[in-house]
Amino acid sequence: MNTMTLLTTSKYRWGEAILRQLFFLCALISVLTTVIVIGILAVETSSFFQQVSITDFLFGTEWRPMLEPKAYGILPLLGGTMLIVVGSSIVALPVGLACAVYLSEYASDRARNIIKPVLEVLAGIPTVVYGYFAISFVTPGLRFVFDDVQIFNAASAAIVVGIMVLPMVASLCDDALRSVPLSLREGAYSVGATSYEVTARVVVPAALSGIFAAFVLAVSRAIGETMAVTLAAGATPNLTLNPLESIQTMTAYIVQVSLGDTPSGGLAYKTLFAVASVLFTITLVMNLLANKVMRKYQEVYE
Amino acid sequence: MNTRDDAVLEARDVTIRYGEQAAVKNVNLSIYEKKITAIIGPSGCGKSTLLRSLNRMNDFIEHVTQDGEILYRNTNLYGEGVDPVEVRLHMGMVFQRPNPFPKSIFRNVAWGPTINGLPGDINLRVERALKQAALWNEVKDRLNDSALNLSGGQQQRLCIARALAMEPEVILMDEPCSALDPVSTSRIEDLLFELKQNYTIVIVTHNMQQASRVSDYTAFMENGSLIEYGDTDQVFTRPKQKRTEDYVTGRFG
Ligand SMILES: Nc1ncnc2c1ncn2[C@@H]1O[C@H](COP(=O)(O)OP(=O)(O)O)[C@@H](O)[C@H]1O
Ligand SMILES: [Mg+2]
Repeated sequence: MNTMTLLTTSKYRWGEAILRQLFFLCALISVLTTVIVIGILAVETSSFFQQVSITDFLFGTEWRPMLEPKAYGILPLLGGTMLIVVGSSIVALPVGLACAVYLSEYASDRARNIIKPVLEVLAGIPTVVYGYFAISFVTPGLRFVFDDVQIFNAASAAIVVGIMVLPMVASLCDDALRSVPLSLREGAYSVGATSYEVTARVVVPAALSGIFAAFVLAVSRAIGETMAVTLAAGATPNLTLNPLESIQTMTAYIVQVSLGDTPSGGLAYKTLFAVASVLFTITLVMNLLANKVMRKYQEVYE
Repeated sequence: MNTRDDAVLEARDVTIRYGEQAAVKNVNLSIYEKKITAIIGPSGCGKSTLLRSLNRMNDFIEHVTQDGEILYRNTNLYGEGVDPVEVRLHMGMVFQRPNPFPKSIFRNVAWGPTINGLPGDINLRVERALKQAALWNEVKDRLNDSALNLSGGQQQRLCIARALAMEPEVILMDEPCSALDPVSTSRIEDLLFELKQNYTIVIVTHNMQQASRVSDYTAFMENGSLIEYGDTDQVFTRPKQKRTEDYVTGRFG
């Protein structure tokens, strides 16, 4: 057969063409929705800032958009979110890393094969379940131990958010540790290192950027976490460092406004978008950071 | 092989299994002081497994079992109460692919002596090891650079320096030149002659020329068994076993 006949016999495949268009459409829809969401956020947020100054918003210490005298300082909500982030990090990061070290350095294949799937199941539990767990177990527990614990409090929410992101931290850190080549461990053992020294001084440092990326993703999930904090942490915008008090996070505020009867179009309603913009910016930056760090550590070991 | 006074290591009836599968079968082998012993044989015949048993590196592989004894100056390395970490202080190791730590050149060499609290000035120790590994002149002005920026041949010499800094008695090398270019390879071979003055060396190699050039004794393995062991000259020129002859001539031819 010569080239000419090959060319003339080649057919146009309708099925393939349609499929290709279909896939393109799906890709287009997902990009388009993202663009639309960001667009609406931007428009509503800028209309909010025509009525409230950016400095008042970013540096104000009172958040009272519904009651007189009104105040639109986001710091109480930001502070509430930070309390949850710090508290949940204290729970999830060390325990998650320790769990990963166990999985990758000490666990037998059999133990791994049991624990890894369990982590994945834990990561799939709906967050409202964690919220319920916080209210019905953690808060009573805290009230048993400490005196001045409010019914809704940041600590309880932070603890369950920590438990919630723990499987993800463990799993990602485990991946990072296991990406450290075996030959590196052997090199360390060959100069008389104990398994603790190998783990703590060679493997963990070598996996540091992966571990860091896992931490950043965990923090960014804690920032965006909604259900558990709405249920357990309360609805009191409150600029405080005391985790036993009731607070409100940015996400919980958004839920409150969305569920309430705030008239749409009003200034109170627009706060929703301003807060959402802040939330969006923070998580976007965190995820970009994690991505960048993750890519760097993939480069180190091809 | 008869037991001689200058045997540093002696494998006695060593059988090593991965699960059910025996990778090393009833091997008896003596390693002599301040000599270079080469282990040759087709790939998969158990060379690495045998070598790694000498510093208990197989401990990290799941499902490995071992029978027989490995005597290090009359102490069984697998005897009760023997600390594998301690064993590795006496037997240094250089691996098939250079595996420097993602740390500075200096820290690569200094790490082992530091964590083990070896006596003396660490700077001197690092310098001495790097000189012995014929790497000092190339790196003395950038000791704080990352070891990962070195070339493959330099990395392998760094790994040799890392082993030397521990001042072990025996150095185990598993195909140390297989990932290197000819120039780096010949540098490392030159180095072996130097090191022989102070160290006992066991080197696994698939390169017949290398084995015949550098070693005093040669062990030929096939299918997990030690087929022949003797003077390198004799093994290469007057092998006693037909299988050795076939392998050696085949690989040279
Ligand atoms: N970690 C392991 N698990 C199971 N089998 C192994 C392992 N390492 C080596 N083997 C097997 O043991 C035999 C000997 O391997 P090895 O000692 O690496 O040979 P060589 O170094 O001579 O190429 C081979 O058949 C190999 O497949
Ligand atoms: Mg090998």
